[in-house]
Amino acid sequence: MEPIEKFRQETREWLEANCPASMRTSMPEEETPWGGRNATWANPDSKVWLDRMASRGWTAPTWPREYGGGGLTKEESLVLGQEMRRIKARQPLSSFGLWMLGPALLEFANEEQKREHLPPIVRGEIRWCQGYSEPGAGSDLAGLQTKAEDKGDYYLVNGQKIWTSYADKADWIFCLVRTDTAKKHDGISFLLFDMTTPGVEARPITMISGASPFCETFFTDVKVPKKNLVGELNKGWTIAKRLLQHERDMISGMGLGSGVGSSASLEALAKDYFGEANGRVASAALREHIAKQKMDGKAFALTLQRTAEEAKAGIGTGAASSIFKYYGTELNKRRYELLLEILGTQGLGWEGEGFTEEELGVTRSWLRSKGNSIEGGTSEVQLNVVAKRVLGLPD
Amino acid sequence: MALVLTEEQQLLRDTATQFFQERVPVANLRRLRDTKEPAGFDRGAWKEMADLGFAGILISEKYGGTDFGPVGLGLVLEQAGRTLAASPLVSTVLLCGSAVQLAGSATQRQDILPAIAAGELIMALALEEGPHHNPTHIATRAVAEGSSYRISGKKTFVLDGHVADRLIVAARTSGKDDDKSGITLFLVDAKTKGVSIERTLMVDSRNAANISFDNVVVSADNVLGSVDGGTDVLDQVLDIARIGLSAELLGLVQAVFDQTVDYLKERKQFGVVIGSFQALKHRAADMFAEIELCRSVVLDALSALEARRNDVPQAASLAKARLSDTARVVTNEGLQMHGGMGMTDQFDVGLYMKRARVAAATFGDGNFHRDRYATLEGF
Ligand SMILES: Cc1cc2nc3c(=O)[nH]c(=O)nc-3n(C[C@H](O)[C@H](O)[C@H](O)COP(=O)(O)OP(=O)(O)OC[C@H]3O[C@@H](n4cnc5c(N)ncnc54)[C@H](O)[C@@H]3O)c2cc1C
Repeated sequence: MEPIEKFRQETREWLEANCPASMRTSMPEEETPWGGRNATWANPDSKVWLDRMASRGWTAPTWPREYGGGGLTKEESLVLGQEMRRIKARQPLSSFGLWMLGPALLEFANEEQKREHLPPIVRGEIRWCQGYSEPGAGSDLAGLQTKAEDKGDYYLVNGQKIWTSYADKADWIFCLVRTDTAKKHDGISFLLFDMTTPGVEARPITMISGASPFCETFFTDVKVPKKNLVGELNKGWTIAKRLLQHERDMISGMGLGSGVGSSASLEALAKDYFGEANGRVASAALREHIAKQKMDGKAFALTLQRTAEEAKAGIGTGAASSIFKYYGTELNKRRYELLLEILGTQGLGWEGEGFTEEELGVTRSWLRSKGNSIEGGTSEVQLNVVAKRVLGLPD
Repeated sequence: MALVLTEEQQLLRDTATQFFQERVPVANLRRLRDTKEPAGFDRGAWKEMADLGFAGILISEKYGGTDFGPVGLGLVLEQAGRTLAASPLVSTVLLCGSAVQLAGSATQRQDILPAIAAGELIMALALEEGPHHNPTHIATRAVAEGSSYRISGKKTFVLDGHVADRLIVAARTSGKDDDKSGITLFLVDAKTKGVSIERTLMVDSRNAANISFDNVVVSADNVLGSVDGGTDVLDQVLDIARIGLSAELLGLVQAVFDQTVDYLKERKQFGVVIGSFQALKHRAADMFAEIELCRSVVLDALSALEARRNDVPQAASLAKARLSDTARVVTNEGLQMHGGMGMTDQFDVGLYMKRARVAAATFGDGNFHRDRYATLEGF
């Protein structure tokens, strides 16, 4: 047997033996396994599943073993993913540490930092948040003002971040700070610090969906040990940008229709809520919109597949990947608009009786989806990037 | 997806690129149009295309073809689309050649396929009867009389109808005008008594014709496939043509887009190049995204054909709908971004726009194929 097939067989057996039955169902929002010091487990199986996967390093399958990762090759990691999908296994851990910070640390951090921070990320012990945006620095992120002064054996951080997702629940923050006020991009550094450090305060902000996932985060004379600087002083922008790429890759996947309301297909819901005539969705106009949405979704999925295959074969320019964040998030927003049209007034409830859990979930997710084309770089900014970097149009 | 081309395919692509750029550039279409060339295409260039193996691309070696397959054909059509090359590729190779290959008897194949591959026989499919693609609305009737059939009816938008040596006619042998079954395909010599052909001058300067059949008598030997079994063959043949046209449109869209982006970097107003205006940048970037998706669906559809996947109909509709619509957007935007220059006949963008509309209307536009996709997907 080919080694990879042997790996597949062993993986399949291990997953069968170790993935709890309730982890093979679609995941309600409140069971999202964020981990961290103050983790709550709405379903105790989530914790069992996380610990078992983490013990093999399979929460971070391709990270090196020495940092707690699975040490798998790309191919093995693909197989693991396929085998997990085969039994509909949930992802064991949702984490900014895994998706964004970890890959950046692997590339830019020193040995000591990797050993300190990567293993707790893999095990879901430390939950991270992202301190990038500020009231005066959103799309123009490099205009950030939060200041870190060199005080000999520590940095003194003062300033304010905003839209910091889960700052109130996170244990640590990766934070962009200004260490040189004379230069813009070349005066930014990348700092890590504990959210329990004196002087850190996070105030939740309520979103249009009613949830409060993001915060205003204030720093008043926060002392950060010097060893927590990643990379060189004033060279944080390079790290910041690379991390944003990882963030965008994560967000782009949304266009493929994961999340609430996607277990039932658009057409099945439409037949339910509008009725059907001769096997067709009863409203011709709606039927056409659904067809368009599905066809665009299929074309987008084929483009992700094509880009991956091209990369594997070492052909193509990879230019298509520059549209993923833009196209995927706009597609996801259109999908939720369509879901709302399909559900009619049943999709416009806020809470309480008269609506199913799923209907209320669609409404809230529709509202949340509006943020997809803002977070991680707005759609307009993505188009600027394509125009400049891919098409070569001048400023 | 067939992303990594074989050596043979790479060679074919390079040959096709060079051939269309040098031998059949856009200027060639202008010449055909301006000289009112009666054939409506360049017979010399067609002969050369046959010599390069393009005409026999879907035909097996046994019948003198090159059998490069659908992916190969897609490569050729994409390049043809870039230069708006007019040729009987769609009518003769995609439609009629495929129909004979799929449904023809041994004699019919022997009779027809080598001649197509050699570029010696031009054929046309007489199918449509109204202004919208509707492959099952067939009022043209064929009535059996002993060992022959008598065909009467009117066909429209027959691609290359006025230059075809032979026709494949979709006629009804049973049922009502809109029945899916009861359609039969006939091979009819264009010179047969009762066939009258009238060329229509289309906006894209390519060939089409209205053809009427007035008690045209053909022998039963000329039935292609089985009596009343035409729909099944037509479905397959039309999907091949739709996918081929999508590949052509991909080349067309890419050419217009490239020319437009070049112009944005060149043309100055207000002391700066117009490509620095964000209103234009964002529209260009958005088109780039749509075109990347176009490329994916065309490659997937060609691969579906090549691998004989069972979702060829879905892949064909996905590709034809997306390419028809994107071609409209990109040609409109391309024209707008060229300002007054875009409105001139001297400038090519108008020619691309005209071809884009005719290719979109051929065998189903975006509306037709979204409807079909929904039906295929069971809603
Ligand atoms: C749900 C959500 C979660 C988030 N989580 C985090 C987080 O965890 N950590 C974090 O640091 N940040 C987070 N953000 C912040 C996010 O990164 C910023 O909101 C984003 O970068 C936009 O900045 P802004 O809100 O200041 O908008 P602005 O930059 O003020 O933009 C306002 C409008 O102007 C447009 N615009 C701006 N510049 C240009 C330009 N050059 N050309 C054309 N149009 C332009 C924008 O596209 C937008 O439409 C989150 C945001 C959301 C919505």
